[in-house]
Amino acid sequence: MRLSEHSYRTISCIRGPLLFVEKVIEARIGEVVRIEGPEGLVLDGEVLRIENDTVLIQVYGETRGLDIDRTRVAFSDAVKKIPVSEECLGRIFDGSFRPLDRQPLYFTSEMQPVISRAINPVARARPEQFIETGISAIDALNTLVKGQKLPIFSSAGLPSKELAAHILRHSGLSGSEKFAVVFVALGLTNRDYAYYLEAIETLHKPFVAIVNLADRPVVERLLAPRVGLTIAEYLAFEKGRDVLVLVSDMVNYCDALREVSTAREELPGRRGYPGYMYSDLASLYERAGRIKGMSGSVTMLPVVTMPEDDITHPIPDLTGYITEGQIVLSRDLHARGIYPPIDVLPSLSRLMQQGIGKERTREDHRQVADLLYQNYARGRELRKLEAIIGRDGLPEKDQSMLDFSTAFEQQFIHQGDGRRSIVESLEAGLSLLREYGVVSDDASNPHQPAPA
Amino acid sequence: MKGKIIAISGVTVTAAIEGLRLYDRVRVGERRLVGEVVRLEPGTAIIQIYEESRGLAVGEPVESAGLPLSVQLGPGLLGTMFDGLQRPLQALLDQSGPFIGSGIEPSTLAAERIWSFVPLKNVGDDIDVGEAIGTVQEGSLCHVIPATGSGRLTRIEAGDYRIDQPVARFEQGGELFLQQRWPVRQSRPVRTKLAPTEPLVTGQRCLDFLFPMVKGGAAIFPGGFGTGKTVLEQSIAKFADVDIVVYVGCGERGNEMAELLDEFMVLDDPYRGGKLMERTIVLANTSNMPVAAREASIYTAIAMGEYYRDMGYDVLLLADSISRWAEALREISSSLEEMPGEEGYPTYLGSRLSAYLERAGVVETVDGKTGSLSMVLAVSPPGGDFTEPVTQCCLRVSGAFYMLDASLAHSRHFPAVNWNQSYSLYDRVTDPAFDQREGADWSRLRDRCRKILQQEAELREVAEIVGREGLQDQDRLLMLVAENLRERFLCQNAYSEDAFCPPEKTLALCRHIIDAFDAVSARIEAGELLETVLAEGDHALV
Repeated sequence: MRLSEHSYRTISCIRGPLLFVEKVIEARIGEVVRIEGPEGLVLDGEVLRIENDTVLIQVYGETRGLDIDRTRVAFSDAVKKIPVSEECLGRIFDGSFRPLDRQPLYFTSEMQPVISRAINPVARARPEQFIETGISAIDALNTLVKGQKLPIFSSAGLPSKELAAHILRHSGLSGSEKFAVVFVALGLTNRDYAYYLEAIETLHKPFVAIVNLADRPVVERLLAPRVGLTIAEYLAFEKGRDVLVLVSDMVNYCDALREVSTAREELPGRRGYPGYMYSDLASLYERAGRIKGMSGSVTMLPVVTMPEDDITHPIPDLTGYITEGQIVLSRDLHARGIYPPIDVLPSLSRLMQQGIGKERTREDHRQVADLLYQNYARGRELRKLEAIIGRDGLPEKDQSMLDFSTAFEQQFIHQGDGRRSIVESLEAGLSLLREYGVVSDDASNPHQPAPA
Repeated sequence: MKGKIIAISGVTVTAAIEGLRLYDRVRVGERRLVGEVVRLEPGTAIIQIYEESRGLAVGEPVESAGLPLSVQLGPGLLGTMFDGLQRPLQALLDQSGPFIGSGIEPSTLAAERIWSFVPLKNVGDDIDVGEAIGTVQEGSLCHVIPATGSGRLTRIEAGDYRIDQPVARFEQGGELFLQQRWPVRQSRPVRTKLAPTEPLVTGQRCLDFLFPMVKGGAAIFPGGFGTGKTVLEQSIAKFADVDIVVYVGCGERGNEMAELLDEFMVLDDPYRGGKLMERTIVLANTSNMPVAAREASIYTAIAMGEYYRDMGYDVLLLADSISRWAEALREISSSLEEMPGEEGYPTYLGSRLSAYLERAGVVETVDGKTGSLSMVLAVSPPGGDFTEPVTQCCLRVSGAFYMLDASLAHSRHFPAVNWNQSYSLYDRVTDPAFDQREGADWSRLRDRCRKILQQEAELREVAEIVGREGLQDQDRLLMLVAENLRERFLCQNAYSEDAFCPPEKTLALCRHIIDAFDAVSARIEAGELLETVLAEGDHALV
């Protein structure tokens, strides 16, 4: 521990968001620095690399206006920490945790580093508490549970923010006393941001917003989700709240990562994204979860807008490898006026099995879901065949299956702005299955599927 | 040896220190983080740190005892869950709470536990390194204690010991303990490698029947996300016919590891009774844990696997997934500023992987026993593209390739093993064994099953043009049979009673369908119409 803060005026190079400082004694990796430019400009930064007495600093903010001769760099001897308190609820901050709502920052002695340590796998509680989102395509077929990280894979022009807001408004979590939303806006336009904020404010539930809009410094975009998650962890594991973390849009985060990596002259990986992007994304996504013996939970809903609608693009690809499933939106369904346009075939919830069944949702949940899924998949496959040989060329059974898949999209997936309880969702599914003769009408045993 | 940090970049630290050897273990900084020497230059050593490096300062001390990074081997490994550096996660939890701290080093094996030692040798016997000197009972397993030195015994006594108490002594000095240390990156010696002969039953119909695995073999299954790698890997861990399972969660999800642990604690071992966890060692280095430890984790795992193999057991090593290991290797390589090869992976990726996969095999141990180590590795190719370097490198050395197909997974056909593109080079080895155990039908039916699926693929293309109704009765029958095979035979629900299928049941199921095929086929041959025959409904096809 150094006794006094020490500062330097020995900058040797400024390159994009990076600063090189020379003749520094005992710098720490990850240490926070304060940069005082000419004309009163003050910025934060972080030590990225140290080589003997030369230090490489990443600046959180716009480096325009810094110079080599007059700019001072002060080393703090500490890693980046933020003050945590329940007083953060209802507040709006920027990526470096400076208030954006013209109110002063609260005082608390409790500081938390923004880089979290990993949750010990044996300390994790198994995620198995069902969250009712009110959306049939999610509740019945891709069930969300507390502590899960379930991204929304969208494409440009699809209503991903409407869906995210829908989930916020209608999720069963929001009924609980101990609920809170942490909203992290990454590189959003003002328009999108205003939409989200309105949705969150009309919830009348406690929330925190960490905002880094499209015109704000890129490096701060790397910090913002970490700040948000640090608060989420505090609210969940210290204060016992069920926290829903909504992050939009992860593509902007990854692009920021690429930009900084390129400035550092690191070796580019796929599509120019750095090779460590998997680990970096994991250090965010893996902070979702529940811990044994603690009542709160961190559930994460990141929004990923797939560039070029390509699910194999590195960002959705790496995300899919880390998260516990994905909700995929479809341009085709959207064009046909179906809302929410969730394509259930590539969508998946890996934790569904533990969240459903007797005493959680309903005993026949798995069975109904599987039947809906299989028959819809079959119908979709037949559509390709129909395009070649025409509807009349198909046997009657297959024609009925085609009708089923259309009805499934229009009656089951499509629900407009309404909310369906899980029982309503399952019943809607069952009645479709009955109508098309997949399960028998036998009223005495409604949950028994007919022999295929 | 002591020195000082002079440069830090991420998890790579340069220290001014003398006298170290490559791959020596070092403690770095005031927090005493664990690291390993990865490069040496005059007066300086480049060190890879296995823990979170944030907060480390230039000038902090670096220390080493001049010993390589090693694992602790001995009774008590089974049923425990470790991180990539073999630190027991439960002990980490007790010491640092639910979030993993750094610089903590709890003992791998419980030091205070008492083991009842039964000697196999007597005073005056001449012992060689690796020879069994006695046994202790580890759960339901007889744990053989190998000698770590050679010489004539002057003392060896039955009794109750802790792992740090000597059980035997040599004439010329030197003592033997229940535990030993072994360098992580070094394979354990064997007398000879033998050719694999015995099938490894996984309980998964599509694998056992179509693409069998052998004890001592190496298999890979690549698949994009959502194709069911982890579920398949865990099913194999549960039902594989082996004595010991080492499961490495390499850079994967924390919640999945929690789930696996919960399940293994309550599930029964299908072969030997007792709980599954009693035959399992779990290594969890989740995706948010330090990247360098992820690289080390598969070596830590295999060192433990080889240790049990040397007792004459059949060991199965499962890794989920080897791609994360390769990525860790890439990250480390790029931080060392090495010249990159394909897709940024270091050029030694291929040789490292080959060397690793070659550690699988059936061996005659130093002690003259026969043991085996098998490997089943999941691969996560980016974008589901199998032409990427990790999949390709694995293909060169593995004997079985189970291709997980995204389109099968999307239509909820699980396990999503593609039957047209997967292969196993072991079927010629396992055929005689299965034919002998289950009756000569095994290989005959298997070949027919493969042929039907192959023919179906061809017929499908035709059917897409002319419609299924436009096909001949025999062809339509074949498609119906193939559909039956796919949906009622190859599909296997991992969450039901059907999750485990013993070979005799596998064979019976297949025979049932093929027999019905033959019967219906014969009647069509005799001039009856397919519709008429199917309408009767007294056959196995639906």
